[in-house]
Amino acid sequence: MTIRHSFLNWISARFPIREFTKKHLTGYYAPRNFNFWYYFGFFSLLVLFNQIITGIWLAMEYTPVSDSAFASIQHIMRDVRYGWLLRLMHTTGASAFFIVIYLHMYRALIYGSYKKPRELLWLIGMLIYMTLLLEAFTGYVLPWGQMSYWGAAVITSLASAIPIIGKFIVVWLRGDFTVSTVTLHRFFSLHVIAVPLILFVLVFLHLVALHYVGSNNPDGIDIKEKKDAHGHPLDGIPFHPYYTVKDLMGAVVFLIIFSIVLFFAPKMGGYFLEPDNDIPANALQTPSHIAPVWYMTPFYAILRAIPNKFLGLIAMASAIAFMFVLPWLDRSKVRSIRYKGIYSKIAIAVFVVSFIGLGYLGLQPVSPLHSTLAQLFTTGYFLFFLTMPFYTAYEKDKPIPDRVTP
Amino acid sequence: MEKEEDVIDIARRCFLRRATTVVGGVGIAAAAVPFVSYWLPSVDTEALAAPVTVNISTLQPTQQLTVPWRGQPIWIIRRTEEMLATLPQLTAQLRDPDSLEDQQPLYAKNIHRSIKPEYYIAIGVCTHLGCIPNYRPDVGGISPDWLGGFYCPCHGSRYDLAGRVYKGVPAPLNLKIPRHMYLNDQEIVIGQDQEGVEGT
Repeated sequence: MTIRHSFLNWISARFPIREFTKKHLTGYYAPRNFNFWYYFGFFSLLVLFNQIITGIWLAMEYTPVSDSAFASIQHIMRDVRYGWLLRLMHTTGASAFFIVIYLHMYRALIYGSYKKPRELLWLIGMLIYMTLLLEAFTGYVLPWGQMSYWGAAVITSLASAIPIIGKFIVVWLRGDFTVSTVTLHRFFSLHVIAVPLILFVLVFLHLVALHYVGSNNPDGIDIKEKKDAHGHPLDGIPFHPYYTVKDLMGAVVFLIIFSIVLFFAPKMGGYFLEPDNDIPANALQTPSHIAPVWYMTPFYAILRAIPNKFLGLIAMASAIAFMFVLPWLDRSKVRSIRYKGIYSKIAIAVFVVSFIGLGYLGLQPVSPLHSTLAQLFTTGYFLFFLTMPFYTAYEKDKPIPDRVTP
Repeated sequence: MEKEEDVIDIARRCFLRRATTVVGGVGIAAAAVPFVSYWLPSVDTEALAAPVTVNISTLQPTQQLTVPWRGQPIWIIRRTEEMLATLPQLTAQLRDPDSLEDQQPLYAKNIHRSIKPEYYIAIGVCTHLGCIPNYRPDVGGISPDWLGGFYCPCHGSRYDLAGRVYKGVPAPLNLKIPRHMYLNDQEIVIGQDQEGVEGT
């Protein structure tokens, strides 16, 4: 017996390391027909890792106090060795996080991964998405530029739309009568401790739920129904080594693209890092045009599309709430878009166009034309959800195959 | 034969479980109070929010003076007769032309929304989502029928020269008028009047 073996035996007698490896890696069977869309869950974990590591390092040089926060970012960018690199890894990572999360969610949407028995998996995922929005928002305030400041002012003001207690809640959230150093300091605490902790717990629960029900696949059919003599799914392959290797290969490609953005276009023309945020926060002057970062703009456009403060807030909240109840709106007998009828395909196309359209409009200044378009896309967005119980129940599906297609 | 002490009294256990849950729940709720209160403005933050005195003797007609109070911009605008004459013309286009909503002290609940018609004092924070509207006294500047007022760049809310909000814009309320009073012809106190200091 080698030293390695005896060491592992010593551990195994005290900790279920072999059982764990078997259950979640070498003996965890995933469908063999995963495609391109199945990279994004792993990429999300990869970006999360990037954010944690760079975030810890940034917190060592950042000062969460209003009169030195902006300067401490400049200090990181100019004076701290490789500070520019770590900060840009963090800011590029924030946008990359939302790109991979949106693609990950789109995958679930087209292949029906939210449908029974994966409703809870979807709900936990939605909670992760909301937590991520909160994490991104609190992080965006920290550089204390004009966009940071006025973004914080606008978002905390949303609470003032709540009847009666709204005004009180705004002061409570800000810890001051306006967004101030108090607000900045507490957002720092939330951004580096509270929200990441919640995020970890949710990611853990997401993986627990995933490994309990198993992955869906592009055909949306259950691989657990057809098993070989050993009880392994005929259309499944062990996660390790097959998908660990596939994901590692994907990681190489992802990191190449990530590095190109990081080194050659970290501001991405003002979409990843907005130019107005290079101006220190000024509580007495709102920039002439404020827009949130690109990943929040679809909801911002919905908010602006409704010319009533309270109803606008309700519309924005329901835009997210509808995503939560998606598993119960889809009454289709098949999961994957491959076998759904024509109406589902049209509906998803309308949804994608509306979502991207809203995302674009949320970045634009207000104008009558933009408002009309935003109202049109808002209608498209909500129609996708509201009519789903009808078109998914009445449309004619294609027959689903017995086994997954290659 | 079972001994009496071996018989489980289910009703008693249920009562004890519920009583323990209630007492524990009250304890958790009480323990939450300091954590929730921690987020309220601290005493020194409140102290910094004390009333401020502003000298308006150098303010020229149509000029706008902005002073910070509680970190918010307080506008003092010296309105001309022509500017004041626009106010009665707009009634039909405004959401709350008579200032019925509680956005001003009683002494500013009038058509010019101020103590003296000439001087307009308001908190320059849009009642929609807290941006700072721009002072646009230029007639025809925002739209051909624009008579002058305030325009919020964030979401396009409009107010007239008395801070009264137009219909059909996202802002729900007129601009807020803080408590204020004249110490003499040159000095105004913001955040305090004869009745007391502005609360939260």
